Amino acid sequence: MATIATTPHDHDASESLAERIRQASAEGTPLRIVGGDTRGFYGRPVEGAKLSTLEHRGVTFYDPVELVVSVRSGTPLAELEAVLAEQGQMLPFEPPRFGISSTVGGMVATGMSGPRRPWAGSVRDFVLGTRVINHEGIEQRFGGQVMKNVAGYDLSRLMVGAQGTLGLLTEISFKVLPIPGAVHSLRIEVSLEQARNRLADWGREPLPISAATWLDGALHLRLEGGPSSVAATRARIGGDDLDGGFWNALRDLALAFPANGNDDAPLWRLSLPHRTPSLALSNTPEETMIHDWAGAQRWLKSDIDAETLRSACRQAGGHATCLGSREGPGSAEPFTPLPSVLLKYHRNLKAELDPKGIFNPGRLYAAF
Amino acid sequence: MNILYDERLDGMKPQLDKAAIRDSLVQAIPGLTLLHREEDLHPFECDGLSVYRTLPMLVALPETLAQVEQLLKTCHRLGVPVVTRGAGTGLSGGAMPLEHGVLLVLSRFSRILEIDPEARIARVEPGVRNLAISEAASPHGLYYAPDPSSQIACSIGGNVAENAGGVHCLKYGLTVHNVIKVEVLTIEGEHMTLGSDALDAPGFDLLALFNGSEGMLGVVTEITVKLLPKPETAKVLMASFDDVEKAGNAVGAIIAAGIIPGGLEMMDNLAIRAAEDFIGAGYPVEAAAILLCELDGVEADVDDDCATVRRVLEAAGATGIQQARDDAERALFWAGRKNAFPAVGRMSPDYYCMDGTIPRRELARVLKGISDLSEQYGLRVANVFHAGDGNMHPLILFDANTPGELDEAEALGGKILELCVEVGGTITGEHGVGREKINQMCAQFRPDELATFRAAKAAFDPKELLNPGKNIPTPARCSEFRTIKSAEAAVPTHSQGRPE
Repeated sequence: MATIATTPHDHDASESLAERIRQASAEGTPLRIVGGDTRGFYGRPVEGAKLSTLEHRGVTFYDPVELVVSVRSGTPLAELEAVLAEQGQMLPFEPPRFGISSTVGGMVATGMSGPRRPWAGSVRDFVLGTRVINHEGIEQRFGGQVMKNVAGYDLSRLMVGAQGTLGLLTEISFKVLPIPGAVHSLRIEVSLEQARNRLADWGREPLPISAATWLDGALHLRLEGGPSSVAATRARIGGDDLDGGFWNALRDLALAFPANGNDDAPLWRLSLPHRTPSLALSNTPEETMIHDWAGAQRWLKSDIDAETLRSACRQAGGHATCLGSREGPGSAEPFTPLPSVLLKYHRNLKAELDPKGIFNPGRLYAAF
Repeated sequence: MNILYDERLDGMKPQLDKAAIRDSLVQAIPGLTLLHREEDLHPFECDGLSVYRTLPMLVALPETLAQVEQLLKTCHRLGVPVVTRGAGTGLSGGAMPLEHGVLLVLSRFSRILEIDPEARIARVEPGVRNLAISEAASPHGLYYAPDPSSQIACSIGGNVAENAGGVHCLKYGLTVHNVIKVEVLTIEGEHMTLGSDALDAPGFDLLALFNGSEGMLGVVTEITVKLLPKPETAKVLMASFDDVEKAGNAVGAIIAAGIIPGGLEMMDNLAIRAAEDFIGAGYPVEAAAILLCELDGVEADVDDDCATVRRVLEAAGATGIQQARDDAERALFWAGRKNAFPAVGRMSPDYYCMDGTIPRRELARVLKGISDLSEQYGLRVANVFHAGDGNMHPLILFDANTPGELDEAEALGGKILELCVEVGGTITGEHGVGREKINQMCAQFRPDELATFRAAKAAFDPKELLNPGKNIPTPARCSEFRTIKSAEAAVPTHSQGRPE
């Protein structure tokens, strides 16, 4: 059975975290959960006493043959990725890092996935289990360390993207995968429309594409798989070689936006069905956007009116999120408002799992 | 400890006037097919776990969403429990009816609403059969990945309710990984959409929560699934071993070599002989275990991987390795595996299929434990194992006509599940808890964790009208379960409970 050597930083702080939560619960005082504090720009500001997860740190279990790793929420994401890379494995969803202090807990709570997402799956797709401290200060375990598990409700995956509003994540178990044997990145100069058409054709074939982004007049592609298929696809598709560092910059939102974009304007993330054509927004040409996920995720810097943008996205079957700067949130309502029935059940769920409203109140929506 | 509804442990059943409820439903819902005569109710008295049967109070077979909505509103108003059912192939009693409830059968919602080959999605009604989706997508070179062994018959609504798996999960995921959107009616008859046609949706991931929720949070009325391009090629290697443990180690060695097979299945000798006798798949009947390893993808990569896997299997001590020569032989190799349950069924008047998942490294210990238990109870057990993802299907052979033997089979099954929990696994990988594993939930979860499950349920169905009694045991039931366990604990060799 494989576990790993502990590092000097490893520490189980779950009992002191639970005690803080019991206190907050008794006093009815809200808590603002913070890890590496690199994702504050994603969500609404929270008024509450700071509860840091940074002391609760370390990989508690890793068995590369089982493809399973368990890690405490305050562990730096970079540390986890390094542990996996040593064994030739990875988190397939390529989470954005936003800085070296980014933690695993923050990654799961915000639920953001990187360039490989449409082909490999999202954060929640790779979560096998969680430990969560509930509103009574009791650490509970849901899911587990096995690939298939349907005992009880899937509260583990529910925690992904819930931004800490339903409980404090203390440990997460992930399915991990081997790093592909061969990788090649390339750049093809094409118009946005041509890129869309090619991606639609390629998408119906079993090609080893693992990232596809249109930006600044060119389609950027990453091929991953066995050496034979990557070489064959590379020969067939053509294009110029591209430095693989492009994907790291894209993943961490560190790429420069197209020159005609407005750099000081708020950053928007549009999530759309991947065959969605241009949205035909006035004064906002699609060429000013970064089209990631083969068109299913578009990044935009714009002063466009939120309702205009959201309405266009809704009509296309998607939604729009406003991200602030690293310094703070960029909008009073960063996430697309929920329809009334859905909002009702969100409030019910919040009230049941956090009856005193102590966990990150208002982080997702003002109503809960 | 019996799994059947017991008012002492599971709560009082509502006192309902069948005739009055029938009148209310008939009045509220024009054109609704509502069965009430005993002879009409019998075909619905059980699901795939047919040893347990209950006659439902009423069976509703709606044909329109408006009828479903009205039915839910009416039942909610009158306090009538509702059990939703699709094809009824589930193996955990998840669609077992209630004598004091309405069985809501969605089998008439069987239309494929849309196949969009460009978006690579299919939008379907809940009564559509799993395999029918892949058949409809096939002309476009696409398919729907999850393939439970019952895929010819099982419907997609039930797949969502149970988060169904299959033999390709390690690489392609479970139902939850392949459904992108569902339309839901709540118990109050409200409509909501979970997920979206995009790759995510704002708010909580309720789509994940509803997958595998066993019809206890809402009624799923439409499902959008993603379709995948068919792999260019798929090849199967069959390896035989003279020792089960060697086969188990070979599985780990394949994955350690950096290969994720499309399918990786293991069968023990009893299962091999049963399948060979039934299908004639060409299995080596003398082997202690066989592994079926399917590699799929682009031709060149698959050939490379086949060579690697062959080397790994040889090093792991395989006594024979055979690669299917063509698609026909590949299909035959799989036919043996996919028909393993009915094949074992031919060896015995009855069989009982278990569904625990374990960390693969514990395989040898668990198989030894099962073999000991099998001897102790005097019942044969055949083992079929989704080796890639650790999901075991021990099949307990018994004869329900021999007095007491069903009880013994159940008790043995319960022990096997508790063993799975003890080694860090789970009581159910893909069949669901339903009514069948209601007691073992008390072994896998602590009372406070079960209370959190009940809280999640209360957010959607505070009156507990949707499929009551399934999935999450009551505190009273678990308290009794623990009393029995602590009495047993005085006897050595009994379960130590879950590791913390």
